[in-house]
Amino acid sequence: MEQSTPYLGFIPLLPLAGALVLGLMHIATCQGKRIPDKLYGILGCIGPFIALILAVKVFFELKALDEGKRVLLQRVYNWIEVGDLKISMGFLADPLSSLMLLFVTFVGFLIHLYSIGYMAGDKNFGKFFAYLNLFLASMLLLVLGDGPVVMFVGWEGVGLCSYLLISFYSEDPANVVAGNKAFIVNRIGDLGFVLGISFLFWGIGADGFDYISLEASATNLNPTLGLTVCLLLFVGATGKSAQIPLYVWLPDAMAGPTPVSALIHAATMVTAGVYMIARFSFLYVQVPLAGEIIAWVGILTALLAAIFGMYQRDIKKILAYSTVSQLGYMFAAVGLTAYSAGIFHVFTHAFFKALLFLGAGSVIHALHHEQDIWKMGGLKKKLPVTYWTMLFGALALAGCPLFSGFFSKDEILYSALAHGHGAIWFIGLIVAGITAYYTFRMFFVVFHGKPADQSLYDKAHESPPVMTVPLVILAVGAVFAGFLNLPHLFGGHLMVSHWLSPSLVEHHPDPTLALELLAVGGSIVAFVIGVSIAYRKFGTKAQEPVYRGFHKFAENKFMVDELFGALIVTPYRYLSQGISRIIEPWVTDGPLKSMALLYRLSGLAFKVFQVGLVRVYAIYMVLGLSIMSFLLIKTLNL
Amino acid sequence: MIHNYLTLSVILFCLGILGVISRRNVFIVFMAIELMLNAANLGFVTLSRLHLSMDGHVLALMVMAVAAAEAALALAVVILLHKHKGKLDTDVFNLLKG
Repeated sequence: MEQSTPYLGFIPLLPLAGALVLGLMHIATCQGKRIPDKLYGILGCIGPFIALILAVKVFFELKALDEGKRVLLQRVYNWIEVGDLKISMGFLADPLSSLMLLFVTFVGFLIHLYSIGYMAGDKNFGKFFAYLNLFLASMLLLVLGDGPVVMFVGWEGVGLCSYLLISFYSEDPANVVAGNKAFIVNRIGDLGFVLGISFLFWGIGADGFDYISLEASATNLNPTLGLTVCLLLFVGATGKSAQIPLYVWLPDAMAGPTPVSALIHAATMVTAGVYMIARFSFLYVQVPLAGEIIAWVGILTALLAAIFGMYQRDIKKILAYSTVSQLGYMFAAVGLTAYSAGIFHVFTHAFFKALLFLGAGSVIHALHHEQDIWKMGGLKKKLPVTYWTMLFGALALAGCPLFSGFFSKDEILYSALAHGHGAIWFIGLIVAGITAYYTFRMFFVVFHGKPADQSLYDKAHESPPVMTVPLVILAVGAVFAGFLNLPHLFGGHLMVSHWLSPSLVEHHPDPTLALELLAVGGSIVAFVIGVSIAYRKFGTKAQEPVYRGFHKFAENKFMVDELFGALIVTPYRYLSQGISRIIEPWVTDGPLKSMALLYRLSGLAFKVFQVGLVRVYAIYMVLGLSIMSFLLIKTLNL
Repeated sequence: MIHNYLTLSVILFCLGILGVISRRNVFIVFMAIELMLNAANLGFVTLSRLHLSMDGHVLALMVMAVAAAEAALALAVVILLHKHKGKLDTDVFNLLKG
């Protein structure tokens, strides 16, 4: 069953090496002469490109194996050995991680390519590519790690890179604040993750702490501990994947450069939580209660973020809230033990969300960093490639039938129905309608109607090919990725679900035609209603509405940030100030300082003997020797 | 007989100590130290004679060698001191104090 595959380790290693080389080059030259951007760009793209080739190789090698034995392993060395705790630096590729691997490297490579155009002329061009490579390396480590601890290294790595890249334009303090917020909120989640894997080790870690051994001994886990572990791991997931209550960092994370928003905050990093829960599916199937909590948190996040998305005016924030909302769908799916549906949505979402973000980046690039949708308008003529590719992305996100997002979302909503959670299905349906509405609200306002700001409009220009080619490739993915997992109703065979099944422990309820038709019909109706409302309001004459009452409240994001500020941040700040004013000077520093004072005083007392004259010191010496000799004579009784 | 030698040694040693303590000229202090070393040598040789062993003689030779080395070093220090302040009064060099 086990097979050693020597090149698995190279997949994360190559981007890491790229990050090192680029980082050193940037440090060496940031003061003096610049290395041409082209060299950085080429070096930055090599690592991800080779990783992509290796990922394809892994995929085909797995495909060649028998279905039950699709596992490739590489144990590089023993990393930690303390008592029972034996952790090897090892890599594991199975259907689940190979699927993640494929789209992470693919989307990652395209975004590297796109960044060459988007970041052109930036003075920290090299640093940017070093961070991007480091991010990709961490993400691949997270996906490929053969146990929770290696995964955790990648988990922290992506958190770090997210922080570095959000505050990339560090001249503006607001960006630094956004970076800090992301990092601190993620730390809260990470604490849950660490506690989760610690409890897991405590429970069943003695027989090996990699996924394969854990899966084998999962049934020995006592149910209470299992629930604790599952919920703590989910806390980790809420941090990284922006779920209630820790979603607040993601919209602020849009302060980073747009390719970063596309790579990290849409396509890859935020899906780490979903991947992690799917990875631990063998634990979650044993604790249905944890799954139910996850599903409800997910669907409520989806609803909340969708409501916020309707009122945003910053093009990237609209997309950020839609990401939070789509992540909510994924969690609803994995919570309902429909892991393959969740992972499939991760897969399609990676394409269309990266596409939308890169398209938004192209718009922002064209308008010289204007992000307010009410200052755009009528850009269809100026940016034809961006317009058409974004149209496909928007259709996929909104769930237009036959586009990728439709199939994956429909799969999730169907599994909610099939598992008997009508309420979750219904909320999901409402969210689908809202999603269609706000996606096309953004789309119509940006591309249709009349230009709101004529001077901006006149200067707008289509982006260079290095940016539009990735858009076109992603658009193709966004349209067709859904066909990989065509349900039986449309004559498909659920290929992705089938491919994933060896890695996941899930129950497929028997498909019933009525339920499938209900789910599909509901989705189509939601899409049509959402888009038609958006068209009626913004299709031809988009005017900036004035929000009042509930709308105003929703535009202010239900004051959640302010609430967190008042409930957590302010008391915490007072507590810290109290500690620094009272506890620190009186309890911790006080005794130490008084001890130091004692030494000072005794030093002052003894200092009078040190007069600085050699003769006096000679007298002291003679006196000392005399006393010593005297005592010696006394003790020896001479 | 032996007593006389030891008494002489003690007297020489005390003279050395007195010299170190009371005189202020660096040269005199240095000579007083040499006097103390030789007083010790006398003691070694005397006791060696008393016990009929060669250990004391060997030690005396060692002390002489050390004293020679020390003399070379001390003279260099004296020259430096003179260059520094232009005086050889020990009370001038009083920076080492609390």
